[in-house]
Amino acid sequence: MPPKIEINDLTKVFVKKTGSVTALQNISMTIEDGEFVCLVGPSGCGKTTLLRILAGLEKHSAGNFKINAEQSKRPLQSMVFQEKGILPWMTVEDNVAFGLAMRKAPKDIIAKQTAYYLEKTGLTQFASLYPSELSGGMKQRVSIARAFANDPEILLMDEPFAALDEQNKFILQEELLSIWAETKKTVLFITHSIDEALMLSDRILLMSAQPGQIIQEVRIDRPRPRKIEEIRKDPELAAQFVDIWQHLQKEVQKSRT
Amino acid sequence: MTQSGKIVQDPVRVERAEWKRQQTKARLQQLLTIVSPVLLLVLWEVLSRTGVMDIRFFPPPTAILQTFWELLVSGAIAEHVGVSLYRIALGFLAGVIPGIIIGLMMGLFTPIRHFVSPLVMALMPIPTLALLPIIIILFGIGDLSKVITIAGSVFFPVVINTAAGVLNIDKIYLDVANNYGASKSQFFFKIALPGALPVMLEGIQMGQAIALLTIVAAEMMGATSGIGYLIWTSYKAFLLQNMFVGLIMISFFGYLFSLLLRGLQKKLLPWR
Repeated sequence: MPPKIEINDLTKVFVKKTGSVTALQNISMTIEDGEFVCLVGPSGCGKTTLLRILAGLEKHSAGNFKINAEQSKRPLQSMVFQEKGILPWMTVEDNVAFGLAMRKAPKDIIAKQTAYYLEKTGLTQFASLYPSELSGGMKQRVSIARAFANDPEILLMDEPFAALDEQNKFILQEELLSIWAETKKTVLFITHSIDEALMLSDRILLMSAQPGQIIQEVRIDRPRPRKIEEIRKDPELAAQFVDIWQHLQKEVQKSRT
Repeated sequence: MTQSGKIVQDPVRVERAEWKRQQTKARLQQLLTIVSPVLLLVLWEVLSRTGVMDIRFFPPPTAILQTFWELLVSGAIAEHVGVSLYRIALGFLAGVIPGIIIGLMMGLFTPIRHFVSPLVMALMPIPTLALLPIIIILFGIGDLSKVITIAGSVFFPVVINTAAGVLNIDKIYLDVANNYGASKSQFFFKIALPGALPVMLEGIQMGQAIALLTIVAAEMMGATSGIGYLIWTSYKAFLLQNMFVGLIMISFFGYLFSLLLRGLQKKLLPWR
């Protein structure tokens, strides 16, 4: 089977009045079907730009990428946005159904998929509420349910838990993993948290500060399902944390100056 | 209850007493909103009756009320109010509908915005009332000239707020629509319209207030009926009690329309 995502020499340059900035330089990677990959890097390294290019929200300057589709009627990708990514004028249920409604899926499929993922994310009893009545954690559950309900080939996640408090973050990470394990979707997940990447990933890709390049690849071979307690206790992962941090430290310093 | 010399209080009881105090305070404050207009009216009545205020310019509220009753019985109020409301309704719609359509187009299509906004900006400061003589010459002293004057005044706040409403939609919602493959019409109905609605309704609320201001002035200048006409002719005949009745009608309908629009806002924006 071909890899799910192939990225070859992808480069993105932003041109401004004061000159140009190379946000991404010759990014190449492949992601296998069903793999959970985290992209970790200092803020401003271009990881969000890369995700936005894959999401079709930004055009790349050079190179190419390909998302290999399994079924032609499935959407290629769906994105889980940072906080505020759900529509305030729609109820929880309509938000979860949004992708399916946009591609005019049959009514019974919409109802079925929506009910399923509302149930999965524990939102069933909140289905008719508006987002303003929800906590931050609940809102991100809506965002996750919306992406999964859309049944895309791959999922793109842009620091979905960055604005949550730590306890909520742990809970949502485990919930995300359990839904993911069931659907076997390919996920590209962006985060600046090494802990989060260790908890979630099959593979972590480290990015350098501007211009963004992939500088290191780390495999995480922990068995699943993973529990936050086990991840925290594991001495091997503690060593990997230090290793990743040492790789990133330089880059973080660089991006600060 | 004492414990090692200290008084131990029941925390629930303490908080309940505090809560009751807050409730009483809130109720008293609500009372103030009723007290202030009543107090004003009583003061007016007393000052007018005792001759501190000139009774010719400020007839006491009870006398105004009596005149109101006479005009109501004679059917004069129904006639003038009916005519004015008809003009307001038509003029309001004639201003709001194109205002919304053009405002949405300005918000959605950048070239249209660049083309139209200098015209809007240049025409907005001109009071429609200053054009009233021309409007009367062109459209006569009947309903049409009033409707056009109101429409012209209502249009601007609505068009500007509608365009601003669309432009101020958080960019992330546009990304969401794009990412989930919304078509142009889906984008319009699911993102642009609901996203712009809160600010748009503010503009309509403003337009409503302007419509009332405009109708009175327009009917004072060239009309043979309407609340503005009632005010103006009463003033000229020095029937100030009748004039005050006209003013009170305007105040009443202004308040009523505000309440109605507030209710509409609640209906249309259930997510707020």
